[in-house]
Amino acid sequence: MSQFVFLYREARTPSPQELESRMAKCLVWFKDLEKNGHLAYYGHPLNRTDGGVVRDAKGTVTDGPYAETKDIVIGFSLIEAKDFDQAVKLAAACPLVAGGCLIEVRPVLKL
Amino acid sequence: MEADGPFYRRERARLLAALTRVFGVENLSLAEDVVQETLAKAFEAWAFGGVPEHHSALLMASAKNRALDVFRRERTARKFAPALQHLIESEWTLRPAVEELFLPPALKDDELRMMFSCSHPHLAEEVQVALILNMLCGFGVEEISRIYLASVAAVEKRISRGKKVLGASQRLFDLTAEDFAPRLSAVHRALYLLFSEGYHGASDEAVIRAELCREALRLARLLVDHAPAATSATYAVAALMYLDAARLPGRTDEIGDLTALFEQDRSRWDGRLIADGLALLEQSAMGSELSEYHLEAGIAGMHATASRFEDTRWGEIVGLYDMLLKVRPSPVVALNRAMAIAQLEGPEKGLEAIEAISGIERLEDYPFYAAALGELELRCGRSEAARAHFQEALDLARNEAERRFLARRVEDCAGGKPAISRATPR
Repeated sequence: MSQFVFLYREARTPSPQELESRMAKCLVWFKDLEKNGHLAYYGHPLNRTDGGVVRDAKGTVTDGPYAETKDIVIGFSLIEAKDFDQAVKLAAACPLVAGGCLIEVRPVLKL
Repeated sequence: MEADGPFYRRERARLLAALTRVFGVENLSLAEDVVQETLAKAFEAWAFGGVPEHHSALLMASAKNRALDVFRRERTARKFAPALQHLIESEWTLRPAVEELFLPPALKDDELRMMFSCSHPHLAEEVQVALILNMLCGFGVEEISRIYLASVAAVEKRISRGKKVLGASQRLFDLTAEDFAPRLSAVHRALYLLFSEGYHGASDEAVIRAELCREALRLARLLVDHAPAATSATYAVAALMYLDAARLPGRTDEIGDLTALFEQDRSRWDGRLIADGLALLEQSAMGSELSEYHLEAGIAGMHATASRFEDTRWGEIVGLYDMLLKVRPSPVVALNRAMAIAQLEGPEKGLEAIEAISGIERLEDYPFYAAALGELELRCGRSEAARAHFQEALDLARNEAERRFLARRVEDCAGGKPAISRATPR
């Protein structure tokens, strides 16, 4: 088993109704991961506001990784999977993806 | 824990009532914004670890913190209640003042006061009900437009008209005010209409209609539990809703079609609701008042306690309809009375009673007027006439469930079979 960090990224802020139905679906998805031994750490949702990307030593800050986008990380989790392919399958089943979110899947570096 | 619709709606209504009191009704839209922010943040956070057990308390605490920020940010830009204005000017008094505004005793009556505020005499009844749906049941404009089969723009207009009147009143309705009694009658009427919309309404969505009934029941319960509002008429309104709602599960069969009363599987009725409804009906009998709600609750009680359709006490039901007609003369009430007469004295007598209804032409667009004629003609054995009436009703049907139900009736006539032989009392 390897570990992967899931970075949930999103550029827009959904409506409260959307967030509510998304919450219900996410809870189910997380429960499934947990049951199947894929969840190493729930992780945390991150505040959409007051954050930024530091771009240089002067402390220039932009919203997202690219100066022109607002694409921001809205949360992270630590996932256990056999390999990258399985991690991708798990991520693809996440209700956030269906709602237009991106998930960046990054293997944890092992020595 | 149910995470969809109702949960969100319930919390929204509770927070909105509290924040409207805190910011003042003239700052209604500010209160709405803060509620949305509070909920959005919570849903996002809870997507990861689950909804915490004390979510209601957490949401209120989060709303309180946001209110503090709002007062800090807007204390010079916006007008708040005069009593509050000087308290929020200094950080020394701001926090304790806001803390006090969110203590349980202060929060206790918010929803009731909001309910009374929405039933404002300057507002048309339909606006009052739309406001209650929006402010107290947490239904969005789009959902309300689906309930009424109305356009979003029309509902938006209705609600914004309501909010304007609400915002112009000095504050949320004071439950000790002099006009408490007349306002309470307006509240009864609005809740009655809200319930009827769920029970008989035009919307095709059984789920949303059941929810309307549930919400009406919940709000009626709030009235019953608040001593000054728990009048004899309040008990009657609540009894009526409980007894009717008890029969909701029997009203649709497996494929969601409407089933006529005589075909209903009575074992699917909710026995607990019937018991509660009968207890409420008993309590409504205190005092000498006999409102239209008492009479309707009485009729509902007759149906709910008949274990078989044939056991229904039609004589007493006709008597109650006679009294109801005196208090609330309406062709719909008269039509229902005629159907009860048909049960008691036979279909020919029922048809005569329908012919005698004054103002029956007002029911021309009501599918169940034509359907009633169809039922009685069919029972008289005149299946051709019956078919024509059912066809007319079918053309007037307002939604799919009604269409399916009436189409089946048209077919029953074509087959020439007396589909409703069980309807005649034995």
